[in-house]
Amino acid sequence: MEWLSEFGAIAAMQGFNGLSVFCVLLLMALGLAIIFGQMGVINMAHGEFLTIGAYTTYVVSVLTEQYAAFFGPYYFFLAIVLSFFIAGAIGWLVEWAMISKLYQRPLDTLLATWGLSLVMQQAFRSIFGAREVSATLPEWLMGSWNPTEAIDIPRNGLFVMGLTVLMTGMIFLMLYRSRWGLQVRATVQNRVMSRAVGINTKRVDRMTFALGCGVAGVAGAAFTTIGSTGPTAGSLYIVDTFLVVVFGGASSLLGTIASAFSIAQAQSLMEFFMSGSMAKVFTLSAVILILMLRPQGLFSIKVRK
Amino acid sequence: MNPTLDKFLGGKQGAIGLAVLATLILVVFPLALDAFRLNMVGKYLTYAFVAVGLVLCWGYGGILSLGQGVFFGLGGYCMAMFLKLEASDPESTKIQSTPGIPDFMDWNQITELPLLWQPFHSFGFTLLAVIAVPVILALVIGVAMFKRRVGDVYFSIVTQAIALILTVLIIGQQGLTGGVNGITDLKTLMGWDIRDDSSKLILYFINAFLLFGCILIGRFILASKLGRLLMAMRDKEERVRFSGYDVASFKIFVFCVAAAFSAIGGAMFALQVGFMSPSFVGIVPSIEMVIFAAVGGRMSLLGAVYGALLVNYGKTYFSETFPELWLYLMGGLFIAVVMYFPNGIAGLWESHGRKWLGKLKRQSATPAKPVPVATVPAPNSQPRELESTP
Repeated sequence: MEWLSEFGAIAAMQGFNGLSVFCVLLLMALGLAIIFGQMGVINMAHGEFLTIGAYTTYVVSVLTEQYAAFFGPYYFFLAIVLSFFIAGAIGWLVEWAMISKLYQRPLDTLLATWGLSLVMQQAFRSIFGAREVSATLPEWLMGSWNPTEAIDIPRNGLFVMGLTVLMTGMIFLMLYRSRWGLQVRATVQNRVMSRAVGINTKRVDRMTFALGCGVAGVAGAAFTTIGSTGPTAGSLYIVDTFLVVVFGGASSLLGTIASAFSIAQAQSLMEFFMSGSMAKVFTLSAVILILMLRPQGLFSIKVRK
Repeated sequence: MNPTLDKFLGGKQGAIGLAVLATLILVVFPLALDAFRLNMVGKYLTYAFVAVGLVLCWGYGGILSLGQGVFFGLGGYCMAMFLKLEASDPESTKIQSTPGIPDFMDWNQITELPLLWQPFHSFGFTLLAVIAVPVILALVIGVAMFKRRVGDVYFSIVTQAIALILTVLIIGQQGLTGGVNGITDLKTLMGWDIRDDSSKLILYFINAFLLFGCILIGRFILASKLGRLLMAMRDKEERVRFSGYDVASFKIFVFCVAAAFSAIGGAMFALQVGFMSPSFVGIVPSIEMVIFAAVGGRMSLLGAVYGALLVNYGKTYFSETFPELWLYLMGGLFIAVVMYFPNGIAGLWESHGRKWLGKLKRQSATPAKPVPVATVPAPNSQPRELESTP
């Protein structure tokens, strides 16, 4: 029975690995699903908002180390909140200056935000340098948790998982249980009619975009616990994230969760049998094949056009 | 004028624009530039093939493909595979543990030429494959997507994902494709050395003539009924469908044409530059190719050529002299073109250049000859409105 428990331990750790990938994907995809699913805007600079969150966390960590060492163990919570607001504020500005002028031309938003992402990447490079940086993790995030001898689960993974559950819950509450969420959903279903009943759709759009960017910022903060941050850290994930959103069905949060889960688990399961790059090729190809058979994604709500 | 010829040339204005571009590419550049710079212009012109294809499928057909690099790359790889096999004959590779196979295969402990490479010993097959492989892929993607009425944004994202998949695949299969370095050290084409200056000049002219061929085919497509249908589909797809046209097959056709153009560009790239690597296949190069078309003017075939030349020249110049500034400029250009000049240089020429030319003509009897940027009249200078709001 020895081999069985060993196999179980490996399976559990591999499954947990998949869960970590799932969390980063989901945190990124949540912001994107709000922006793309609810507003129909393709934000190619979404990855850069993640990078903003990651750099914010890094700056907070450096500042704490230098000026307020006693705050060390708790700085991470402040960093998460700051990441949310800084990324959200920049998102608000971007919507005001750029996106709001392009709502009639979705393909053009894609190109314009790609230009924005180039500018932002170069700005990161000018400010923080081309080298990757990493925030100093508080002690309680390091090390691992061992439920049995053979199983070894890293604590930072657990933390990211907790954060993901919390963020998902909050977004669900905001979208489905608040007045603002009601306005957002009304605007998605029928913009003209929403305007007629007195919803300020412009403001709703701006807040939605800012919220989506803020969530990406939080994803960035979570990202620092797993890897180091470089100017192009966020752009590496952008295509995967878009596929997650499209695969899940653009305007369904439940679909986003389900698709992030299946893509992440498929990826890490296949990595067990073949090289990482081939696992990625197979996962992405499978997603595209399924999308060809079912273009509306896994879950979709019917909207009258 | 003969009506068929008229269709190709696009009327008097089209003929003048074409003549100006031909003078620039066939006479001015070869006389004014040294061999090295001319080879660079030739490289830029291979991107112009992609941009011309994008004008057809994006500007007129409304299909934004973010995966044109895939077709460019496939065309280039087909040509590079043939050239590589010729460069690795048993004589020149005798120091390898297995002579007669490409060097990177030897480094990856491959002892036998893979089946995929076998047919590329034949030049005829290679020429066929350069066009056929990308077109078949485009056909499969097109049939799968357009028959199911997947359009717009979804199509862009899926093509982008395909670009990512192909890059990862090429880099991952090192023994088969040369990995991240690509296929390098291409020397001869059927015994003809492609590296010395005189053969580079010949290749430049072959490239230029092929480009003009593509432009003329593009003109012909746009002037025919198909061109008008494309525009109608872009603006009111449902109405065209209700009129009884099979929208999907037109889209598939124009997407395949764009893929074929890109593939020719890719093959000429491999011939002129002497290597092919995954860095011309992925997401970033594919989007850059869209920018060439956008800067030149998404509605102008000739504008796309100018766009490819200008953006690439700017890229070379700025990344040599101010590497820091380049990405800011490129990003800024992207944003500015999309937001304020949706019809690019061609649109600016239409709205300002002509007036200025007219003024100049009135002022002096012998006007200085400005460089007309494009002459295909943009049918609607307003940015097109897509039906996207629910």
